[in-house]
Amino acid sequence: MSRVIKVGMAHFDFAKAPDKIRTSGLGSCVGIIIFDEWSKICGLAHIMLPESVMARTNTIQRAKYADTAIADMLTELLKDGASPYRLKAKIAGGAQMFHFGCSNERMRIGPRNVEAVRKILNHYGIKIIGEDVGGNNGRTIEFDPSTSILEIRTVNQGTKEL
Amino acid sequence: MSYLKGMEPKYLDVLQEVGNIGAGHAATAMSKLLNKGIDMKVPAVKVVPFKEMNDSVGDEEGVVAAIYFRIQGEASGHMFFMIQAEEASKLIQQIVGDPMIDFTLPTVNEMALSALSEVGNILAGSYLSAFSDFTGLHLQPTPPALAIDMPMAILSYGLMEFSEAGDVAILINTEINEKMENDVMGSKGHFFLLPDPDSLEQIFTSLGVKVNE
Repeated sequence: MSRVIKVGMAHFDFAKAPDKIRTSGLGSCVGIIIFDEWSKICGLAHIMLPESVMARTNTIQRAKYADTAIADMLTELLKDGASPYRLKAKIAGGAQMFHFGCSNERMRIGPRNVEAVRKILNHYGIKIIGEDVGGNNGRTIEFDPSTSILEIRTVNQGTKEL
Repeated sequence: MSYLKGMEPKYLDVLQEVGNIGAGHAATAMSKLLNKGIDMKVPAVKVVPFKEMNDSVGDEEGVVAAIYFRIQGEASGHMFFMIQAEEASKLIQQIVGDPMIDFTLPTVNEMALSALSEVGNILAGSYLSAFSDFTGLHLQPTPPALAIDMPMAILSYGLMEFSEAGDVAILINTEINEKMENDVMGSKGHFFLLPDPDSLEQIFTSLGVKVNE
Protein backbone atom coordinates (compact mmCIF):
# COMPACT_ATOMS: atom_id res chain seq x y z
CA MET A 1 0.00 0.00 0.00
CA SER A 2 1.39 3.39 -0.86
CA ARG A 3 0.79 6.26 1.49
CA VAL A 4 0.69 9.98 0.93
CA ILE A 5 2.85 11.80 3.43
CA LYS A 6 1.55 15.27 4.26
CA VAL A 7 3.92 18.09 5.02
CA GLY A 8 2.66 21.08 7.02
CA MET A 9 3.74 24.68 6.71
CA ALA A 10 7.27 25.34 7.99
CA HIS A 11 8.12 21.65 7.99
CA PHE A 12 9.87 19.08 5.85
CA ASP A 13 9.55 15.34 5.50
CA PHE A 14 10.77 12.47 3.34
CA ALA A 15 9.21 9.79 1.15
CA LYS A 16 10.45 6.65 -0.55
CA ALA A 17 8.64 4.96 -3.46
CA PRO A 18 5.88 3.75 -3.57
CA ASP A 19 4.84 6.43 -1.08
CA LYS A 20 4.07 9.93 -2.29
CA ILE A 21 4.51 13.24 -0.55
CA ARG A 22 2.38 16.37 -0.66
CA THR A 23 1.89 19.82 0.77
CA SER A 24 -1.13 22.02 0.28
CA GLY A 25 -1.91 25.70 0.14
CA LEU A 26 1.39 27.14 -1.03
CA GLY A 27 0.89 30.89 -1.37
CA SER A 28 4.02 32.97 -1.03
CA CYS A 29 5.65 29.93 0.57
CA VAL A 30 7.79 27.68 -1.63
CA GLY A 31 7.67 23.89 -1.86
CA ILE A 32 11.11 22.42 -2.51
CA ILE A 33 11.50 18.81 -3.60
CA ILE A 34 14.98 17.32 -3.62
CA PHE A 35 15.07 13.82 -5.04
CA ASP A 36 17.28 10.97 -6.19
CA GLU A 37 15.75 9.35 -9.26
CA TRP A 38 17.78 6.19 -8.89
CA SER A 39 17.19 5.34 -5.24
CA LYS A 40 13.69 6.85 -5.46
CA ILE A 41 13.84 8.84 -2.28
CA CYS A 42 12.91 12.46 -1.88
CA GLY A 43 12.45 15.25 0.61
CA LEU A 44 9.82 17.98 0.52
CA ALA A 45 10.12 21.24 2.42
CA HIS A 46 7.40 23.89 2.79
CA ILE A 47 9.39 27.02 3.57
CA MET A 48 7.99 30.43 4.54
CA LEU A 49 10.99 32.78 4.57
CA PRO A 50 14.24 33.12 2.59
CA GLU A 51 16.94 33.19 5.24
CA SER A 52 17.33 32.21 8.87
CA VAL A 53 19.12 35.50 9.60
CA MET A 54 15.63 37.07 9.46
CA ALA A 55 14.70 35.29 12.68
CA ARG A 56 14.05 37.45 15.71
CA THR A 57 14.30 34.57 18.16
CA ASN A 58 17.30 32.64 19.42
CA THR A 59 15.95 29.19 18.80
CA ILE A 60 14.68 28.81 15.27
CA GLN A 61 12.59 26.23 13.55
CA ARG A 62 15.03 25.37 10.80
CA ALA A 63 12.43 24.00 8.41
CA LYS A 64 10.86 27.46 8.12
CA TYR A 65 13.74 29.05 6.22
CA ALA A 66 14.99 28.14 2.77
CA ASP A 67 18.67 28.01 3.76
CA THR A 68 18.38 25.87 6.90
CA ALA A 69 15.61 23.64 5.51
CA ILE A 70 17.65 22.75 2.42
CA ALA A 71 20.81 22.13 4.45
CA ASP A 72 19.01 19.81 6.90
CA MET A 73 17.13 18.01 4.17
CA LEU A 74 20.36 17.30 2.30
CA THR A 75 22.00 15.87 5.40
CA GLU A 76 19.07 13.50 5.92
CA LEU A 77 18.85 12.46 2.27
CA LEU A 78 22.55 11.61 2.12
CA LYS A 79 22.23 9.66 5.37
CA ASP A 80 19.40 7.66 3.78
CA GLY A 81 21.58 6.63 0.88
CA ALA A 82 20.96 9.30 -1.76
CA SER A 83 23.92 10.14 -3.92
CA PRO A 84 24.97 13.79 -3.86
CA TYR A 85 25.70 13.65 -7.61
CA ARG A 86 22.25 12.41 -8.52
CA LEU A 87 20.21 14.90 -6.50
CA LYS A 88 17.90 17.15 -8.46
CA ALA A 89 15.21 19.57 -7.44
CA LYS A 90 11.77 20.77 -8.45
CA ILE A 91 10.21 23.83 -6.90
CA ALA A 92 6.75 25.41 -6.83
CA GLY A 93 5.08 28.36 -5.12
CA GLY A 94 6.30 31.86 -4.36
CA ALA A 95 3.14 33.54 -5.56
CA GLN A 96 1.98 37.03 -4.77
CA MET A 97 -1.54 36.47 -3.52
CA PHE A 98 -2.57 40.10 -3.26
CA HIS A 99 -1.74 43.20 -5.23
CA PHE A 100 -1.51 46.62 -3.72
CA GLY A 101 -0.81 50.01 -5.15
CA CYS A 102 2.19 50.48 -2.90
CA SER A 103 4.85 47.88 -3.37
CA ASN A 104 5.87 47.07 0.16
CA GLU A 105 9.00 44.95 0.38
CA ARG A 106 7.22 42.52 2.67
CA MET A 107 4.51 41.98 0.08
CA ARG A 108 7.17 40.67 -2.29
CA ILE A 109 7.99 37.77 0.00
CA GLY A 110 6.99 35.19 -2.67
CA PRO A 111 9.54 36.27 -5.31
CA ARG A 112 12.17 36.74 -2.58
CA ASN A 113 11.60 33.17 -1.41
CA VAL A 114 12.05 31.86 -4.95
CA GLU A 115 15.27 33.83 -5.47
CA ALA A 116 16.67 32.51 -2.21
CA VAL A 117 15.77 28.89 -3.00
CA ARG A 118 17.43 29.13 -6.44
CA LYS A 119 20.56 30.64 -4.93
CA ILE A 120 20.84 28.05 -2.17
CA LEU A 121 20.23 25.05 -4.44
CA ASN A 122 22.82 26.42 -6.84
CA HIS A 123 25.25 26.75 -3.95
CA TYR A 124 24.92 23.01 -3.27
CA GLY A 125 25.18 22.20 -6.98
CA ILE A 126 21.63 20.86 -7.19
CA LYS A 127 19.99 21.49 -10.52
CA ILE A 128 16.38 22.65 -10.67
CA ILE A 129 14.85 20.58 -13.46
CA GLY A 130 11.30 21.82 -13.09
CA GLU A 131 9.63 24.85 -11.59
CA ASP A 132 6.25 26.49 -11.39
CA VAL A 133 6.72 29.72 -9.49
CA GLY A 134 5.36 33.25 -9.18
CA GLY A 135 1.97 34.34 -10.43
CA ASN A 136 -0.85 35.12 -8.06
CA ASN A 137 -2.44 31.78 -7.37
CA GLY A 138 -2.10 29.21 -4.62
CA ARG A 139 -0.77 25.72 -5.31
CA THR A 140 -1.12 22.24 -3.84
CA ILE A 141 1.68 19.92 -4.88
CA GLU A 142 2.26 16.17 -4.78
CA PHE A 143 5.47 14.40 -5.71
CA ASP A 144 5.80 10.76 -6.68
CA PRO A 145 9.38 9.55 -6.11
CA SER A 146 8.83 6.44 -8.25
CA THR A 147 8.23 8.53 -11.40
CA SER A 148 9.77 11.87 -10.26
CA ILE A 149 6.60 13.59 -11.43
CA LEU A 150 5.39 16.64 -9.56
CA GLU A 151 1.67 17.27 -9.78
CA ILE A 152 0.62 20.87 -9.25
CA ARG A 153 -2.98 21.75 -8.57
CA THR A 154 -4.33 25.28 -8.78
CA VAL A 155 -7.81 26.70 -8.40
CA ASN A 156 -8.15 28.36 -11.78
CA GLN A 157 -5.58 26.71 -13.99
CA GLY A 158 -6.38 23.09 -13.23
CA THR A 159 -3.70 20.47 -12.70
CA LYS A 160 -0.38 20.20 -14.41
CA GLU A 161 2.61 17.89 -14.18
CA LEU A 162 6.26 18.76 -14.02
CA MET B 1 6.63 40.09 26.15
CA SER B 2 6.96 36.51 25.15
CA TYR B 3 3.56 35.89 23.69
CA LEU B 4 4.32 32.21 23.33
CA LYS B 5 4.59 31.49 27.00
CA GLY B 6 2.50 34.33 28.32
CA MET B 7 -0.79 33.30 26.73
CA GLU B 8 -2.75 32.82 29.90
CA PRO B 9 -6.53 32.39 29.72
CA LYS B 10 -7.13 36.05 30.65
CA TYR B 11 -5.33 37.18 27.51
CA LEU B 12 -7.26 34.80 25.34
CA ASP B 13 -10.47 36.11 26.91
CA VAL B 14 -9.55 39.65 25.92
CA LEU B 15 -8.90 38.59 22.33
CA GLN B 16 -12.14 36.67 22.29
CA GLU B 17 -13.96 39.82 23.32
CA VAL B 18 -12.25 41.71 20.50
CA GLY B 19 -13.53 39.07 18.07
CA ASN B 20 -16.97 39.21 19.64
CA ILE B 21 -17.40 42.95 19.35
CA GLY B 22 -15.82 43.14 15.90
CA ALA B 23 -17.85 40.37 14.34
CA GLY B 24 -20.98 41.53 16.14
CA HIS B 25 -20.79 44.87 14.37
CA ALA B 26 -19.99 43.18 11.09
CA ALA B 27 -23.00 40.88 11.47
CA THR B 28 -25.22 43.91 12.01
CA ALA B 29 -23.80 45.54 8.88
CA MET B 30 -24.40 42.38 6.87
CA SER B 31 -27.91 42.07 8.24
CA LYS B 32 -28.72 45.61 7.04
CA LEU B 33 -27.15 44.92 3.67
CA LEU B 34 -29.17 41.76 3.03
CA ASN B 35 -32.20 42.76 5.04
CA LYS B 36 -31.99 39.36 6.74
CA GLY B 37 -31.10 38.03 10.15
CA ILE B 38 -27.47 37.10 10.71
CA ASP B 39 -26.27 34.75 13.45
CA MET B 40 -22.85 34.79 14.92
CA LYS B 41 -20.86 32.14 16.75
CA VAL B 42 -18.69 32.61 19.80
CA PRO B 43 -15.22 33.56 18.55
CA ALA B 44 -12.53 30.94 18.80
CA VAL B 45 -9.16 32.27 19.87
CA LYS B 46 -6.34 29.88 19.31
CA VAL B 47 -2.60 29.83 19.43
CA VAL B 48 -1.92 27.73 16.37
CA PRO B 49 1.42 26.18 15.39
CA PHE B 50 2.06 26.73 11.67
CA LYS B 51 2.03 23.07 10.80
CA GLU B 52 -1.49 22.75 12.23
CA MET B 53 -2.77 25.87 10.51
CA ASN B 54 -4.31 23.79 7.76
CA ASP B 55 -6.67 22.10 10.20
CA SER B 56 -7.76 25.40 11.70
CA VAL B 57 -8.67 26.95 8.39
CA GLY B 58 -10.73 24.02 7.25
CA ASP B 59 -11.15 22.41 3.87
CA GLU B 60 -7.69 22.63 2.35
CA GLU B 61 -8.87 21.82 -1.15
CA GLY B 62 -11.85 24.18 -1.07
CA VAL B 63 -11.96 27.52 -2.82
CA VAL B 64 -12.68 30.66 -0.87
CA ALA B 65 -13.13 34.29 -1.69
CA ALA B 66 -11.14 36.42 0.69
CA ILE B 67 -10.99 40.12 1.40
CA TYR B 68 -7.77 41.16 3.03
CA PHE B 69 -6.64 44.27 4.86
CA ARG B 70 -3.31 45.02 6.34
CA ILE B 71 -3.95 46.96 9.53
CA GLN B 72 -1.53 49.71 10.38
CA GLY B 73 -1.42 52.04 13.33
CA GLU B 74 -1.19 51.41 17.05
CA ALA B 75 -2.06 47.73 16.83
CA SER B 76 -0.95 46.39 13.48
CA GLY B 77 -2.04 43.07 12.12
CA HIS B 78 -3.89 41.29 9.35
CA MET B 79 -7.60 40.98 8.82
CA PHE B 80 -9.28 38.48 6.50
CA PHE B 81 -12.91 37.91 5.69
CA MET B 82 -13.31 34.52 4.03
CA ILE B 83 -16.32 32.92 2.49
CA GLN B 84 -16.63 29.74 0.39
CA ALA B 85 -16.67 30.67 -3.30
CA GLU B 86 -20.14 29.12 -3.81
CA GLU B 87 -21.47 31.02 -0.81
CA ALA B 88 -19.93 34.23 -2.10
CA SER B 89 -21.72 33.67 -5.41
CA LYS B 90 -25.09 33.31 -3.66
CA LEU B 91 -24.44 36.38 -1.56
CA ILE B 92 -23.50 38.62 -4.48
CA GLN B 93 -26.33 37.24 -6.64
CA GLN B 94 -28.75 38.56 -4.00
CA ILE B 95 -27.07 41.94 -3.84
CA VAL B 96 -26.50 42.56 -7.55
CA GLY B 97 -29.61 40.70 -8.68
CA ASP B 98 -27.77 38.63 -11.27
CA PRO B 99 -28.28 34.86 -10.83
CA MET B 100 -25.43 34.08 -13.26
CA ILE B 101 -22.64 35.25 -10.96
CA ASP B 102 -20.29 32.37 -10.16
CA PHE B 103 -16.99 32.98 -8.39
CA THR B 104 -15.85 29.39 -8.94
CA LEU B 105 -15.33 30.14 -12.65
CA PRO B 106 -11.90 31.31 -13.81
CA THR B 107 -13.30 34.57 -15.17
CA VAL B 108 -15.84 36.57 -13.24
CA ASN B 109 -17.23 39.88 -14.41
CA GLU B 110 -15.79 43.05 -12.95
CA MET B 111 -19.11 44.15 -11.52
CA ALA B 112 -19.42 41.01 -9.39
CA LEU B 113 -15.83 41.24 -8.17
CA SER B 114 -16.28 44.87 -7.31
CA ALA B 115 -19.50 44.09 -5.41
CA LEU B 116 -17.78 41.31 -3.49
CA SER B 117 -14.87 43.56 -2.68
CA GLU B 118 -17.26 46.22 -1.41
CA VAL B 119 -19.22 43.77 0.75
CA GLY B 120 -15.98 42.53 2.26
CA ASN B 121 -14.91 46.10 2.78
CA ILE B 122 -18.11 46.96 4.64
CA LEU B 123 -17.95 43.84 6.82
CA ALA B 124 -14.27 43.91 7.67
CA GLY B 125 -14.47 47.69 8.00
CA SER B 126 -17.21 47.43 10.63
CA TYR B 127 -15.21 44.76 12.44
CA LEU B 128 -12.18 47.01 12.51
CA SER B 129 -13.96 50.18 13.56
CA ALA B 130 -15.59 48.29 16.42
CA PHE B 131 -12.15 46.95 17.38
CA SER B 132 -10.76 50.47 17.28
CA ASP B 133 -13.63 51.97 19.32
CA PHE B 134 -13.42 49.20 21.90
CA THR B 135 -9.70 49.53 22.48
CA GLY B 136 -9.31 53.25 21.78
CA LEU B 137 -6.41 52.38 19.48
CA HIS B 138 -5.90 54.14 16.17
CA LEU B 139 -6.02 51.68 13.32
CA GLN B 140 -5.64 52.40 9.64
CA PRO B 141 -6.57 49.63 7.26
CA THR B 142 -5.03 49.53 3.78
CA PRO B 143 -7.48 49.45 0.85
CA PRO B 144 -9.04 45.99 0.57
CA ALA B 145 -7.49 43.33 -1.64
CA LEU B 146 -9.49 40.44 -3.04
CA ALA B 147 -8.35 36.91 -3.84
CA ILE B 148 -10.25 33.77 -4.80
CA ASP B 149 -8.07 30.78 -4.01
CA MET B 150 -7.11 28.09 -1.48
CA PRO B 151 -7.65 29.21 2.12
CA MET B 152 -4.16 28.26 3.29
CA ALA B 153 -2.42 30.01 0.42
CA ILE B 154 -4.33 33.17 1.28
CA LEU B 155 -3.97 33.03 5.05
CA SER B 156 -0.25 32.30 4.94
CA TYR B 157 0.08 35.88 3.77
CA GLY B 158 -0.86 37.01 7.24
CA LEU B 159 1.63 34.74 8.95
CA MET B 160 4.81 36.45 7.81
CA GLU B 161 5.11 38.69 10.88
CA PHE B 162 4.62 35.70 13.13
CA SER B 163 7.03 33.59 11.20
CA GLU B 164 9.86 35.99 11.90
CA ALA B 165 9.08 36.00 15.60
CA GLY B 166 8.08 32.44 16.33
CA ASP B 167 6.38 29.32 15.16
CA VAL B 168 2.81 29.92 16.19
CA ALA B 169 0.16 32.46 15.25
CA ILE B 170 -2.73 33.87 17.23
CA LEU B 171 -5.89 33.40 15.30
CA ILE B 172 -9.17 35.04 16.26
CA ASN B 173 -11.75 33.22 14.22
CA THR B 174 -15.42 34.25 14.20
CA GLU B 175 -18.11 32.69 12.07
CA ILE B 176 -21.26 34.48 10.94
CA ASN B 177 -24.26 32.75 9.37
CA GLU B 178 -27.25 33.87 7.43
CA LYS B 179 -30.40 32.93 9.37
CA MET B 180 -32.55 30.58 7.35
CA GLU B 181 -35.95 29.03 7.84
CA ASN B 182 -36.37 25.26 8.23
CA ASP B 183 -32.87 24.89 9.66
CA VAL B 184 -31.29 25.15 6.24
CA MET B 185 -27.72 26.41 6.50
CA GLY B 186 -27.35 29.83 4.95
CA SER B 187 -24.19 31.52 3.75
CA LYS B 188 -21.48 31.61 6.32
CA GLY B 189 -18.32 33.61 6.46
CA HIS B 190 -15.26 33.72 8.66
CA PHE B 191 -13.33 36.64 10.04
CA PHE B 192 -9.72 35.98 10.83
CA LEU B 193 -7.87 38.59 12.81
CA LEU B 194 -4.14 38.06 13.23
CA PRO B 195 -2.63 40.74 15.45
CA ASP B 196 1.12 41.16 14.91
CA PRO B 197 3.17 39.76 17.79
CA ASP B 198 4.32 43.25 18.77
CA SER B 199 0.82 44.68 18.91
CA LEU B 200 -0.60 42.16 21.38
CA GLU B 201 0.81 44.08 24.31
CA GLN B 202 -0.80 47.26 22.94
CA ILE B 203 -4.18 45.57 22.78
CA PHE B 204 -3.96 44.18 26.31
CA THR B 205 -2.72 47.43 27.80
CA SER B 206 -5.43 49.45 26.07
CA LEU B 207 -8.05 47.27 27.73
CA GLY B 208 -6.47 47.52 31.16
CA VAL B 209 -5.09 44.00 31.26
CA LYS B 210 -1.70 43.97 32.93
CA VAL B 211 1.02 42.34 30.92
CA ASN B 212 3.44 40.22 32.94
CA GLU B 213 6.92 40.63 31.66
